[in-house]
Amino acid sequence: MPASTVKTAYWRGVAIGAPFILVIVPFAMVFGVIARESGLSLVQTVAFSGLVIAGASQFTALQLMVDSAPIAAVLAAALAVNLRMAMYSAALVPWLGSAPFWQRMVISYLNVDQTYAASIPEYERRPEMTVSERVAYFAGIATPIFPLWYGFTWVGAVAGSAFPDGLGLDFVMPIMFIALVAPLVRTVAHAAAVAVSAVSALAFAGLPAGTGLLLAAALAMATGALVETAQERRRAATDRRRQA
Amino acid sequence: MNAAYTDARVWTVILALGIGTYIIRLSFLGLIGDRPMPGWALRLLRYTPMAVIPGMVAPLVLSPAATDGQFDATRGVAALVTLIVGLSLRNTLAAIVAGGVALFLGLWAVGPVLI
Repeated sequence: MPASTVKTAYWRGVAIGAPFILVIVPFAMVFGVIARESGLSLVQTVAFSGLVIAGASQFTALQLMVDSAPIAAVLAAALAVNLRMAMYSAALVPWLGSAPFWQRMVISYLNVDQTYAASIPEYERRPEMTVSERVAYFAGIATPIFPLWYGFTWVGAVAGSAFPDGLGLDFVMPIMFIALVAPLVRTVAHAAAVAVSAVSALAFAGLPAGTGLLLAAALAMATGALVETAQERRRAATDRRRQA
Repeated sequence: MNAAYTDARVWTVILALGIGTYIIRLSFLGLIGDRPMPGWALRLLRYTPMAVIPGMVAPLVLSPAATDGQFDATRGVAALVTLIVGLSLRNTLAAIVAGGVALFLGLWAVGPVLI
């Protein structure tokens, strides 16, 4: 019966999504605390998590607002951090592209690092899944993640005002950022992008807030892409030599 | 939040970022559909988090606002611990915990060490 296989797919998704709770809860709480420390209201803090649902870009926007960067720079930098999700969106098309439009609209709202990362491998493993099963599976992964993301942002925002000064909460944001990026650095090209970004942002420190960061990000992106291309060329050349 | 960010401006950022991020998420699945992306675009997209975030972190680590921009070795060590754990274990949560412990323990036991 199709209804029951859809239901099974949903609950399989829930089971796969559940372990992400361990990451979501502390992350949401820290955002709540830091947002309140930076001067956002309780409603603003929770709305931020509810509308944007992308921790790294939320922290980015927050930091640049604290630095009094112009709105355009805040948005450009925070959206740049989220551009990777265009890639997620494209990757889902072959699997979910024929779902009804309203379902694709909901899936797009739920399309975050965790749901993307957990869904695609399952779709590849079980190509026999129907589109409704895939949609249900995706919704299943999101089920344990999203309510906790909102809820614990609220918990952090409420609890945050209880922390005394001098604890070092000011430095939690840089630690979150480092912890987000370090596990992603897997190749020489990644490392080159990271280094160029850090060094050039320091070199551009004299520019108006936010501008130096955008310049540094553009340079770093170009560096990463160029190094990757160069490495691919070199690999291709070695292969050719081996064949000859 | 501060003089530059009144309530209205904070709301502007939240709404614009929410809408912009949603459009990014909807882009291919809802709007563009199954058209292949050019290779150079995919390549650039892959580097966005790594290109933006380190540029934000470096000044925060070298000149923290809490110490009026002077480098603090205690905060620096916490940043280094986070980096090393993140690189070696490839686990964000472990890196946050390690860095957080180093930060709070360091500030509690030693306090800021301004250089």
